[in-house]
Amino acid sequence: MEALRLEFNIDGDDFQAAGEASSKTKRALKKLGLPPDTIRRVAICMYEGEINMVIHANGGTVTVEVDETAVKITLADRGPGIPDISSALTEGFSTATNQIRELGFGAGMGLPNMRKYCDDMDIKTELNVGTTVTMTVNF
Amino acid sequence: MPISVRLDKEKCKGCTRCVKQCPVEAIRVRFGHAKILENKCIDCGQCVRACPQRAKKAVADPLERMDDFKHTIVLPAPALYGQFHNLDNINVVLQALLDMGFDEVFEVAAAADMISDLTARELYERAFEKPVISSACPAVVRLIRQRFPNLIPHISRHIAPVELAAKIARERAVLRTGLSDSDIGVFFVTPCPAKVTEAHNPIGLDEPVINYAVSMADVYKRLLPLMKKSDNLPELRTSGLVGVGWAVAGGESAPLKKYNAIACDGLDNVIKLLDSIEDGQLPEVDYIELSACVPGCVGGCFTVENPFAARSRIVRFTGSETANTPVDINDVHRFWRTKRIKHIPSTILDEDFGKAIQKLKQIDMLTLKLPGLDCGSCGTPGCHALAQDVILGYADESDCIFNARDSMDGTDYLPPPFRRQGTENS
Repeated sequence: MEALRLEFNIDGDDFQAAGEASSKTKRALKKLGLPPDTIRRVAICMYEGEINMVIHANGGTVTVEVDETAVKITLADRGPGIPDISSALTEGFSTATNQIRELGFGAGMGLPNMRKYCDDMDIKTELNVGTTVTMTVNF
Repeated sequence: MPISVRLDKEKCKGCTRCVKQCPVEAIRVRFGHAKILENKCIDCGQCVRACPQRAKKAVADPLERMDDFKHTIVLPAPALYGQFHNLDNINVVLQALLDMGFDEVFEVAAAADMISDLTARELYERAFEKPVISSACPAVVRLIRQRFPNLIPHISRHIAPVELAAKIARERAVLRTGLSDSDIGVFFVTPCPAKVTEAHNPIGLDEPVINYAVSMADVYKRLLPLMKKSDNLPELRTSGLVGVGWAVAGGESAPLKKYNAIACDGLDNVIKLLDSIEDGQLPEVDYIELSACVPGCVGGCFTVENPFAARSRIVRFTGSETANTPVDINDVHRFWRTKRIKHIPSTILDEDFGKAIQKLKQIDMLTLKLPGLDCGSCGTPGCHALAQDVILGYADESDCIFNARDSMDGTDYLPPPFRRQGTENS
């Protein structure tokens, strides 16, 4: 079976549009009849990822691949990179400015939540080059 | 799935206004008439409001059924109190309902008071996983059942106020009159068609508890000549100041000030909010009050008065106190649903997963070939919907006026909105 592939460009300047890719993905997955819990986990992982890319990396691309057993989400950006992955994965750790916190973001739950809701997560990052986060949600 | 919205074919011109306004994309225009896809329709009534020809009709039960029973009980929805000019005493409406021929009246607002009390207590005790989603609007519950299966466990376990009112009023009438259950007729004065469907096919109850749901507009007509202001009206009102407020958006969550409660009205807004909740974007929220109509039940399509005028009247009747002593803890089972809400998906492309993926790809590819204007000329809500209908075999690619134009020899006619600057064709 040929896998389904969805691609999205995330505009780094548009906070209001953040979340559109996860909404569209959710709609597609519902049409495929995936288990509701799988869809919810994919949506949470993707939404957090999208927000991260807008806040930290001035946007990027999201690719979603669906085959018989899993949904694979790849978030790729050309942002500043993550200096310390283990801190970034700690709940509550945040580099957000006050301005961003005032918008209700930056609670330090982004990456921890993504890790919590996916089955497998891989982060490749290089300072001043970019970050690629790959997440797999099995069903 | 039975629904309470019908089409008058004589009146329908086949315009696509309702198609584009339907929040769940449940209408198509074919062969000159709008067709409702009953497996998708949630009875919200948006098409009834949208139709300029008044060809869409919300259907309720006939009032004449009153004659079928030895004893009748009428349950007015609180939205009824917002329909009259200069009404300063709810007893005037309640007395007029009795003068219409009903044997007794039980206010839905009184049951809403009880549910408000219980909800506040359960939130305090953290008796369930947050956020709790109100079960009061049946169009919203049907939407969740179809599109947001992850949120089904969050729907409040309480039945709707009208269902509680029907249960209590019937039990009391059986005790007092000694009549059998079948001799007692319970009539609900409903503001909307969704509640007619719910009365006959309750989502959360094994058996209907309401005999008939009559339209607020029908009752209004009969009520007007009977309404009299008087200094010696009997005190028929049993509702407090909270229950009446359930007729407007924000009224249900008003007494939950201590908690993080959201009130949201209008189905498009509701869909966006539910999407955010499903994605875990609003973890702080405790309680969510949702209504399909703007601004709440006073905007239902059986109401007569301008919804915003009705809202301001309702607000004048409300306050922060319920009429009830706290609900007896041994009695709470009466408030609960007896049936589980099941996920009824309406949009799965194919039972076979591989085929579903194939179809989704075909739909996306075809969507890219369509003009992307969502003009609605094909009778579907937009290009993506047409693509889906084509792949599922309900429509044809040539239904798109732009596709059809391409296959016409030597014709390059375009209607004015689609012409490019500098080209002349007409």
